[in-house]
Amino acid sequence: MVPTLSVDELSIRFAHRSGMLEAVAGASLHIEPQECVGVVGESGSGKTQLFLAAMGLLSGRAQVSGSIRFEGKELLGATAAAINRVRGSKLTMIFQDPMTSLTPHLRIGTQLAEVLVCHCGLSWREARGAAGRMLDRVRISDPKRRLNQYPYEMSGGMRQRVMLAMSLLCKPDLLIADEPTTALDVTLQAQIMELLRSARGETGMALVLISHDLGVIAGLADRILVMYAGRIVENAAADELLRRPRHPYTAELLKCVPSLSGPRLARMPTLAGQPPQPGEVLQACPFAPRCPRVADRCRVERPPLTGDSNAYVACHFPLS
Amino acid sequence: MNDPLLKVRNLRVEFGRQSAVRDVNFDLFAAETVGLVGESGAGKSTLARALLRLTQPAHGSVELSGLDLLKSSRVAMREQRRNLQMVFQDPLASLNPRMMVGDAIAEPLLIFEPGLSAVARRGKVAAILQRVGLSADIAGRYPHEFSGGQCQRIGIARATVLRPKLLVCDEPVSSLDVSIQGQIINLLLDLQVDMGMAMLFISHNLAVVRHLSHRVMVMYLGKLVEIASCEVLFAAPVHPYTRALLSAVPRIPPVADVAAAAPAPLAEASLAAAALAHGCAFRDRCPYALPLCASSVPPLSEIAAGHWVACHRSHETLNPLSLGP
Repeated sequence: MVPTLSVDELSIRFAHRSGMLEAVAGASLHIEPQECVGVVGESGSGKTQLFLAAMGLLSGRAQVSGSIRFEGKELLGATAAAINRVRGSKLTMIFQDPMTSLTPHLRIGTQLAEVLVCHCGLSWREARGAAGRMLDRVRISDPKRRLNQYPYEMSGGMRQRVMLAMSLLCKPDLLIADEPTTALDVTLQAQIMELLRSARGETGMALVLISHDLGVIAGLADRILVMYAGRIVENAAADELLRRPRHPYTAELLKCVPSLSGPRLARMPTLAGQPPQPGEVLQACPFAPRCPRVADRCRVERPPLTGDSNAYVACHFPLS
Repeated sequence: MNDPLLKVRNLRVEFGRQSAVRDVNFDLFAAETVGLVGESGAGKSTLARALLRLTQPAHGSVELSGLDLLKSSRVAMREQRRNLQMVFQDPLASLNPRMMVGDAIAEPLLIFEPGLSAVARRGKVAAILQRVGLSADIAGRYPHEFSGGQCQRIGIARATVLRPKLLVCDEPVSSLDVSIQGQIINLLLDLQVDMGMAMLFISHNLAVVRHLSHRVMVMYLGKLVEIASCEVLFAAPVHPYTRALLSAVPRIPPVADVAAAAPAPLAEASLAAAALAHGCAFRDRCPYALPLCASSVPPLSEIAAGHWVACHRSHETLNPLSLGP
């Protein structure tokens, strides 16, 4: 079976006055049809850049190498026309900030219907009808009235659901959700996650869920990728990774998620230090300065990926 | 028990005809951390701002060590501000981008300790910078040079340099990476022990609140609906809203029906402002609502020592499994 998305040896660099900054360093991943993959990492780990590259939305200054194939077709270096055949219809993305992802001066109905008119060749009339039905599906009450409203008339959670509706209109094969609930309350978060779950069940699309919070990803993902400093450092089935993390970074990250059960702690578990800053010179293993298991070897020899394509880890001394 | 540090009575904040905070009563004791939880729009931040008189309440009283802040003159209120400090949600936006970090932290000292020599002031700034885990020589740098977590440390340094009696933290870790949240929370806990200050910690994340609060207050559409010690609130929550909030928190390992059990979000609450005035504000989202809930406002009453609940059915044992459809 052709993977829905395959990324091979993807590197993304930005020119900067202090030299080249590497946002993503040789990342490879494969997403199978209908699979839900969670991607975790701290701010600056490259998780968003990696998927912006897949959408062809990187800044013009970015220098990209490697390969990104969507359903077998190469996207890197493809013409805008070729990318636009899939982008927004078969390959869609929703972003963290629902406040700024909608066009402020267009009515919700226009923005939604436009997707169907452009990609699916529907008439405006048909498209508006379909847009209303989609709003209903993402549980926005009174969709007819909402279609005539502007984004500023809606709350953050409602706008995020409009974004979700927009991304689902053309029945995508892959939806990339970048921190879809980070700006939202817990109750809204639970609702958006439930909508993503049911949308996946209904359409059979593959889903990428990007977040810095393992708790958010845990409920939905089949498989989890952990990124650190532009590299994928661990990849495993979700329950395996949550139960038996192998990379020390994954283990530390898991400890940091505050829990509702278990004993109350006098102090919160922390991950010492800061994630690497852009332009910082990295050690052979970029996690070495913060790692509780660090040894001399980690500072001189880059840890290779070990394991098979379904479960691998980049660490000289993985937890067993 | 000792006299409370802060006594809030019948506090009400109105914006036009809307009430953001409706008749709130609570006490806060010295060296105590109280968590304040609720969804966006519940009035948490408005309550916090009203305590500091950054928003003028419509009526009620806020007594700090016996002095009513709302009746104080501007001059007297200004003198009290050294005892009341705040840490904000967006660490970068709450620092002046054109002010060096050292100057931002020195400003409260300039205002409240004008007799201090420049050398002594620099010494105090250096000491507090080190206390919050930053190097003293960053005083000459600007906020944009720092990460979110570091900016929040700077904000905390500015808020605690005068050793306030009460520190109000409004979602101080919500915009930070999970890995950095713990560092900031531990810092706040340490500072509290050092300085003996009381802390009001506002968050929509119950899991965070659970680890650092002595007591927790749950707020819904301008009203406090449950107040309890942290142990009691998380082990045996009574108000249906508290339970609903708890059920919405994602867990590791995942609990299958978390999302399904979660209530519709507040943004969807359809009760008109007028309908809030008579009856329980949560009734349209509550799986246990009775006709009584639409006609009479449930009072906040003490169902056990220190455990206050505003629910007509708080005396019944409501089966949590029947939450949701």
